[in-house]
Amino acid sequence: MSTTTYAGRPVDVSDEGFFVDPGQWTEDMAAQIASAEGITELTERHWQVIKFMRHEYENKGTGPTVRVLGKTSGVTIKELYQLFPKGPAKTAAKIAGIPKPRGCI
Amino acid sequence: MRQRIVILGGGTGGTLIANRLRRLLRPGAVEIVVVDADDEHVYQPGLLFVPFGLAKPEDLVRPRQRQLRRGVVFRRAAVDRVDMAQDVVWLADGDSLAYDVLVVATGARLMPEETDGLCGPGWNEKVFTFYDLAGAAALRDALSAFEGGRLAVAVMDVPIKCPVAPLEFCFLADWYFLQRGIRDKVELTYVTPLDGAFTKPVASRELRGLLQAKNVSLVTDFNTGEVDGQSGRLISFDGREVAFDLSVVVPLHGGQAYVDRSPGLGDALGFVPADERTLQAKARPNVFVIGDAADVPASKAGSVAHFERGILARNIASYLVGEPFGVTFDGHTNCFIESGFGKALLIDFNYDTEPVTGRFPGPIGLPLLRQSRLNHLGKLAFGWLYWHALLPGHEIPAVRGPMPKAGKHLPRHPASARLPAR
Repeated sequence: MSTTTYAGRPVDVSDEGFFVDPGQWTEDMAAQIASAEGITELTERHWQVIKFMRHEYENKGTGPTVRVLGKTSGVTIKELYQLFPKGPAKTAAKIAGIPKPRGCI
Repeated sequence: MRQRIVILGGGTGGTLIANRLRRLLRPGAVEIVVVDADDEHVYQPGLLFVPFGLAKPEDLVRPRQRQLRRGVVFRRAAVDRVDMAQDVVWLADGDSLAYDVLVVATGARLMPEETDGLCGPGWNEKVFTFYDLAGAAALRDALSAFEGGRLAVAVMDVPIKCPVAPLEFCFLADWYFLQRGIRDKVELTYVTPLDGAFTKPVASRELRGLLQAKNVSLVTDFNTGEVDGQSGRLISFDGREVAFDLSVVVPLHGGQAYVDRSPGLGDALGFVPADERTLQAKARPNVFVIGDAADVPASKAGSVAHFERGILARNIASYLVGEPFGVTFDGHTNCFIESGFGKALLIDFNYDTEPVTGRFPGPIGLPLLRQSRLNHLGKLAFGWLYWHALLPGHEIPAVRGPMPKAGKHLPRHPASARLPAR
């Protein structure tokens, strides 16, 4: 775990850069996190996914997998990969300030 | 009045819980009905061995009804839907079954049709799965005719049953082609959507090493979007490709179709969300789940259903008399990992402790996460134990209940191995 700075405020992140405490996240941090992931502009479609990730985390305690995102977010898996080319589930979780989606064992 | 427990599914989980409940509850007080669409109980751990000629398909199947204790009613019918508001199961033949307690034990369903191209040209010719009997038998014939080339073993996406099985397939394939004297002509690749060979750090590291030792290439973070059986290509959603001459895939898994037809019962994938400790469905207090059908953060593996059985039976008994639940499930899972050449590894873990090295069930026991002949013999012996001890409800010494800690090399700071809190 380490500390980094987004939008001028310190936040705790895991070794892989995921938020440890989603409560530290604010919307104005998203653009800075996204640009570090190679996404220069957050469109309305990006925000639809980011808000969905937050919503899912609040309800279920973990971010959804790509497959569940494709079925429930209103954005197809193909488009999810266009929006978040490095992998939608992980990248969107990082930008949305939630921990790394828990892998099924 | 006599109460009724309806158990949907007569596989590993359904049979285990039916037999345990029958021993626990007086037949005069509680009727137990098991519903399944067919009468073929498949010993699923045996499927892995079929493609290599190490098991015969017909030896893995027994009648479902014969595995149930006397006093358990077997009703052969497909389920149309569950009406939780009325506490009724509607069967496909038009009949209905009212219940006081419902247990969902219908496992996972293979959904190859959900991956673009997977069921198209080349399916069961160049692209196979060993996750069902027919597929495993077809793959056996294809493997014996295979004279060399690129063999890609690919997991479409998690969750899947027995997450170690595709790795075991790679290890056995290495052994199999060496026996046939053509190992140098076969290029083996393991393709996974995970970011490593396995999910948890210690096991992932050990299994990655084993893949390397057996000269199996590892492709990670590969979410297969399309399978082109004609040209022999796996294509990921982010545009990468793995070329093959023969591919063995683990198709997408979901819950049974009736779950989707039952309002409020399942999640987006058709699995039934349940409390991971009590196994009570989140939808209703009189609905419970065992085994692969559940959406809980445990593996989809027979050993999980086995360790869940005792807890679930006692919790259902408590529920029937209006008492609070007295026991909880710790997520205990135990898997042999066949590694070829008459050896196997063993992993043993739960919700809080990842698979580690050491010995099971105590300091003098089977080696964990290390290849040994003993583990292989354990895996073989388990086939007999399954039918003759496990399903009827006899206890298997040392393999019961909560995960043992003695013998395990646990980290000094156990918190570092914990799963993220829900």
